Amino acid sequence: MLLTLENFTVTRGPCPVVEGVSLAIAPGECVGLIGPNGAGKTSLLRGALGLLPASGHSSLAAMPPSARARAAAWLPQSREIAWGISVAHLVRLGRIPHQGRGLDDAGAVERALARMGLTAFRDRAATRLSGGEQARALIARALAQEAPLLLADEPIAGLDPAAQIATMRVFASLAAEGGAVVAALHDLGLAARHCTRLIVLARGRPVADGAPRAVLTPGLLGAVFGIRAYLEETAEGLVFQPLDTLEPQG
Amino acid sequence: MTRPPRLIPALLALVACLFAASLLVGPAGIPPGRGLMALLTGQGGAEVLVMREIRLPRAILGLAIGAALGLAGAAMQGFLRNPLAEPGLIGTSAAAALGAVLAIHSGLYAGFALALPLMALAGAGLSVGVILALAGPRGTALSLILAGIAVSSLAGALTSLVLNLAPNPYAASEIVFWMMGSLADRSMLHVALALPFLAAGAALIGTTGRGLDALTLGEDAAASLGISLTRLRLKLVLGVAALVGASVAVAGAVGFVGLVAPHLMRGAVGARPSRLLPAAALTGAAILLAADIATRVVAPERDLKLGVLTALVGAPFFLHLVRRMAREA
Repeated sequence: MLLTLENFTVTRGPCPVVEGVSLAIAPGECVGLIGPNGAGKTSLLRGALGLLPASGHSSLAAMPPSARARAAAWLPQSREIAWGISVAHLVRLGRIPHQGRGLDDAGAVERALARMGLTAFRDRAATRLSGGEQARALIARALAQEAPLLLADEPIAGLDPAAQIATMRVFASLAAEGGAVVAALHDLGLAARHCTRLIVLARGRPVADGAPRAVLTPGLLGAVFGIRAYLEETAEGLVFQPLDTLEPQG
Repeated sequence: MTRPPRLIPALLALVACLFAASLLVGPAGIPPGRGLMALLTGQGGAEVLVMREIRLPRAILGLAIGAALGLAGAAMQGFLRNPLAEPGLIGTSAAAALGAVLAIHSGLYAGFALALPLMALAGAGLSVGVILALAGPRGTALSLILAGIAVSSLAGALTSLVLNLAPNPYAASEIVFWMMGSLADRSMLHVALALPFLAAGAALIGTTGRGLDALTLGEDAAASLGISLTRLRLKLVLGVAALVGASVAVAGAVGFVGLVAPHLMRGAVGARPSRLLPAAALTGAAILLAADIATRVVAPERDLKLGVLTALVGAPFFLHLVRRMAREA
């Protein structure tokens, strides 16, 4: 297992935002962590990494920080690039946990740049890229870490459709190569098509966990998201399209 | 994409030239050849005294304090991810100045010359304790800045109070002149007092490069890369306080060097915080040596204060940088 959580609870302020979560992530899984805003997706991921105080057991949080950085890469939701360093140097920051270990850092950077289609941007100042390009550069940074597990918080928000699909393909291929990805996602259509497993979080608790087809039932969509949707297995694969809210809002 | 590796050697050469100029320029008007002979061989009567007791400590302090301010500025900007950060932000310089002002006011300084730098160092040390207690062990960069502002304001108010209560105009003017910053009339004792703190501060800051690089991605991502933010912050506060505290203790308040030096070099090092540290240190040394030479050349008879000159040149230059940044954005 690349990550195990047992009775895992994250408390911020007086109330728990993640409560009693137990799950395990195995190699080969591309997991979509879904749930409405405020369901606790970010807190679950940050807590699992040990970046938030939490109770219960997380196999990652139990590690020393330097070892954990080699076991799991983290892509935060906020896309911060403080200085106008080159894209190649930005991506190379992902190699910090491996420094001094005699590994092929330059090769890892090139592989990550190639995977995200950024090789042509390598010498550009990262702060001068467009928002979507910056997001891709930051994903490349997390890929360069070459950790078995990648935890990503809304990695495809704000990307154009081609980049969204390409990024989900990269995640799926990481899983196919024996790694695992857990990505908090809001685009249920992309999650349904590219993830091997969906974990649904509502009010800090997992309410469904399994293959996309099994999880995205009309009942769950209504209860958790308050929507109804079109879901069909087609020749082009699983197609999911939200149609309307159950109770018209606004 | 790799920058020409000649930046650091070029800066070293510039600093070496300015260091030599600082040794050879002065109101005594000693010819360079004889000055160097006197410095190296110790033969030549009054010239030896001028070279070894007046110009050498002044040049060493210019080099070391300039480097300290440049390094501290680069580290603060990297840590706070803000190009407007400067070494005084955590309150150390205001607290050190208060200590020095108290030494002047109380008259301790008249009887024992080192009382001033020692009390300034004590002020700096006290401010570090207050900062760390206020900002807590796990606080964010924001809580650090706020604690620094609080300490700065309090130390500034107390300094004003001391000035307010000055027993006579001479004491007040002495305090005011000291606060303008200067390297004149410093002895090798000052050098011996400041250098250990400057060296320790530089050594601490020197270990923060990787953490500062990682912080380019924000605190969360840096922590996920295995960087201990608590340790990084402690090293940064202690390192900057040692650099700034010792600098203020022997030279008074010299502004703008810590702010401008990192700006000058950011483009040349590809904006990487770790690479900026040595480049900004050398640039700071060059600026301060040049400014100190200028105080001697521009108005040798008027005792122009170093801090006045750096601010006078630094502020318009900073305006120019800001304008350029605004145009590029």
